[in-house]
Amino acid sequence: MTTRWFGAPVQRVEDDRLLRGRGRFTDDIGEGALECCFVRSPHAHARITSIDVNEARAMPGVAAVYTAADLPFGGLDLPLLIPHPNLTHGRTQRCLASEIVRYAGEAVAFIVAESRYLAEDAADLVQVEYEPLPVVITPEAAARAEHLVHDDVPGNVAAEMVQEVGDVDEALAEAPHRKRLRYRYERGAASPMEGRAVWASWSDADRKLTVYDSTQSPTSIRGGLAVLFGLPESNVEVIAPDVGGGFGPKIMLFYPDELLVPYAAMQLGRPVKWTEDRQEHFTAVNQERGQVHEVEVGFDDEGRVLALDDDFIHDGGAYTPYGIILPIITAAQVPGPYRIANYRVRFRDLYTNATPTSPYRGAGRPHACFVMERTLDAIASELGIDRIEVRRRNLIKQDQFPYDVGVAWQDGNAVVYDSGDYPALLERAVAMLGPKPNGDNIGMGIGVYVEGTGVGPYEGAHVQVLVSGKVVAATGIPSQGQAHATVWAQVVADELGVDVKDVEITSGDTRRFPWGVGTFASRGAVTAGNAMHVAARMVAGKAKQIAADHLEANPADLELAGGRVRVKGSPDRGIPLAAVAVLSNPMRYAFGGGTEAATQFASKARPGPPLHEGEQPGLEATGYYSPPGSTWASGCHAAYVRVDPKTFRLEILKYVVVHDCGRVINPLVLQGQIEGGVAQGIGGAFYERLAYDSDGQLRNASFMEFLIPYATEIPPIEIDHIETPSPLNPLGVKGAGEAGVIPVGAVIGSAIADALGVPVAEMPLSPLKLYELATSRP
Amino acid sequence: MKVNEVEYPAPADARRLLSDHLRHDLGLTGTHVGCEHGVCGCCTVLLDGNPVRSCLMLAVQAEGHELTTVEGLARSGAPLHPVQQAFHETHGLQCGFCTPGFVMSVVGLLAQHPQPTAQQIEEGIAGNLCRCTGYASIRRAVTRAVELSK
Repeated sequence: MTTRWFGAPVQRVEDDRLLRGRGRFTDDIGEGALECCFVRSPHAHARITSIDVNEARAMPGVAAVYTAADLPFGGLDLPLLIPHPNLTHGRTQRCLASEIVRYAGEAVAFIVAESRYLAEDAADLVQVEYEPLPVVITPEAAARAEHLVHDDVPGNVAAEMVQEVGDVDEALAEAPHRKRLRYRYERGAASPMEGRAVWASWSDADRKLTVYDSTQSPTSIRGGLAVLFGLPESNVEVIAPDVGGGFGPKIMLFYPDELLVPYAAMQLGRPVKWTEDRQEHFTAVNQERGQVHEVEVGFDDEGRVLALDDDFIHDGGAYTPYGIILPIITAAQVPGPYRIANYRVRFRDLYTNATPTSPYRGAGRPHACFVMERTLDAIASELGIDRIEVRRRNLIKQDQFPYDVGVAWQDGNAVVYDSGDYPALLERAVAMLGPKPNGDNIGMGIGVYVEGTGVGPYEGAHVQVLVSGKVVAATGIPSQGQAHATVWAQVVADELGVDVKDVEITSGDTRRFPWGVGTFASRGAVTAGNAMHVAARMVAGKAKQIAADHLEANPADLELAGGRVRVKGSPDRGIPLAAVAVLSNPMRYAFGGGTEAATQFASKARPGPPLHEGEQPGLEATGYYSPPGSTWASGCHAAYVRVDPKTFRLEILKYVVVHDCGRVINPLVLQGQIEGGVAQGIGGAFYERLAYDSDGQLRNASFMEFLIPYATEIPPIEIDHIETPSPLNPLGVKGAGEAGVIPVGAVIGSAIADALGVPVAEMPLSPLKLYELATSRP
Repeated sequence: MKVNEVEYPAPADARRLLSDHLRHDLGLTGTHVGCEHGVCGCCTVLLDGNPVRSCLMLAVQAEGHELTTVEGLARSGAPLHPVQQAFHETHGLQCGFCTPGFVMSVVGLLAQHPQPTAQQIEEGIAGNLCRCTGYASIRRAVTRAVELSK
């Protein structure tokens, strides 16, 4: 294929309307809709003894007030999305709690009114009586199990899983050096700038439900709503319009509103809209990252890891709707880019009285990377070997691919790295980092990581050439800013030989493409990107076939270029793609646009019926791509930081990234993904901490106190790439959405430890935490 | 109040936030609401030429003032405003939710400092949160906007 667009820094086609203020986010839709708000539990764990909504219902302007008792599905547990044999005690919440609440922020009542202002007024009139119960808030407390989050879940253990490669006990026993280490990673929050929002409308005449949802998975929302309301899927339309950032929590479904808003629209016969506010986003939207790891490592005199034994607990939160994907990913990704012949990992997923957890950008990997990289630093320190040299000695070599780690992956397959060049990443990063600047309290940090990307099951795409010659293409997975409309246009434009501006992409609209899974796990480019490639190639094949009849040529001698199908070597002999689109649809009636050329009295290019056996009208095709297994991106980050020894303010002097996500579709978009990921990583490493108190109250549920970095906290990032194409998919791509964030905690932690000479075994850090570490030094 | 050079009647509800009034009463949904407590800057508009947070004002407080929202920078069909064009060229936006607020802040910054120093750029964009870009491309956008504004 020609590669004119693939690999080029094409400027985004979606920018214009977003820059003019003509984006279409969910809250921008639905003038005149009824508006809603929730009554949420103020307690982290309590028994509900009474709910009185009479006064709220009677308030003028209130259309409806729902409690669990008012819902036909009020007694149903919400779906457990990803069942797993080891998830022996999976529990999900109900749409509205009626007996026990298990986290502060859990929904109890839902109010629909003429405006959000009136709905909030009515919420103040709802009387809920609670009897507080003992609160379990940290994973350590959950493990002690002095109190239970769910009465019927012994030990608060939702799941336990053990995997072993080699013989860890024997390897540890024989290792010249052994070290025990403990690491703690706290919860963080994705905090997309747009919170969640849902708008729904029901047409009784058409029996059709239309839902706009700021979700990462409209196809799954559609499937679930169809099941719940007993409708054919074709009667449910779900659209993720412009979505203001996702970063993971918007892949979670169903949040209560995703059922209640459509239900209220059906009941009340009017469009209904709910838009989350920032405060409720902090407690009602899933979080991630809380884990505690107990590690024992055995290593030789050269610093080579001989055995690694990791026993960790995972803070699952109050419910497990997303199964045990997070600890499975962590368990699989601890070894990272290193050869570890003997590896044992055990995890327990524990219930706590806090907001449930599900993937947040990085999804189990930042903690895994932190554990491995800090352990390598500990080995280097113990042996007096340079930290970079210890990594060099342990990295998987370039000739060892495909490399089977020997543990299970989140899709049920084995973890097998498809391709990569980890030593090259390390050496390039070291070269870019350069010599350490002069000065006191300056430290260096470095981290290498791999990232399982592009998981299945599949995505699909529909590509069509219109009679105008323009191309429209659609896929089921939505964009939250990843430039789908641009990068997939590049993929399609190459196959069809058209300008990228002539390809219009729709993503995340089930009316245009009803099948698919979702945008998560750095999978869009691999799954939907390759589906676009497959579908566009099918269209190109069809165009050649039709043009061959018209040109009396062999399809194999034709090519698509410049908006035409033409004979290779004789570019003048060809036919516009627009004309091919016309000919693809044999017609009785002409309606302009050149369609008279396909009518029945026009000259025929070939004998026989207008559509031959097996042919379909229209220059269009639907293609799917289902990966045989994950692709494995990788990278190395390194930094110099300075820490003020009095105020413990962090200054990042230099931050370098070398990244490998296989073939690069659009370097401009990729740079943005990496820069944004690193910034989120820096926030998670030093500024953003969800501060729960012992009563399970989130004490910093606002941007005043949960400190997302501004520009002033984020240094320039120097980025370079190497490309080891994935052998697993036609485009050779691997995905890049999460890469930027993964090793940042490990790198910043290592650099700060180096700068101050303090032990760093936890995330996030902060000036206060560094003060405590520095002053508690023996 | 005048919004984008058009005179509008006074808001009916005394407690209506300016951000809600712009978005839901006047249909100017380009002004976004990210936190409703004045930290994220998504709702930034120009009040008599100066950037303000429309979620921290009541609509009635804007009576007698001139407002410019992102929709007022470039008319439909007209080329993008230099600041908008700069964001496009430098990939200064991803999801686009914080973008109108940043654009309005930068328009305000360049009105005050047509040739801003690096420090002034940093301070000029340091009141807006972006969760997608990591700010590097937004810094590049400001530098480019200065060039395009010449």
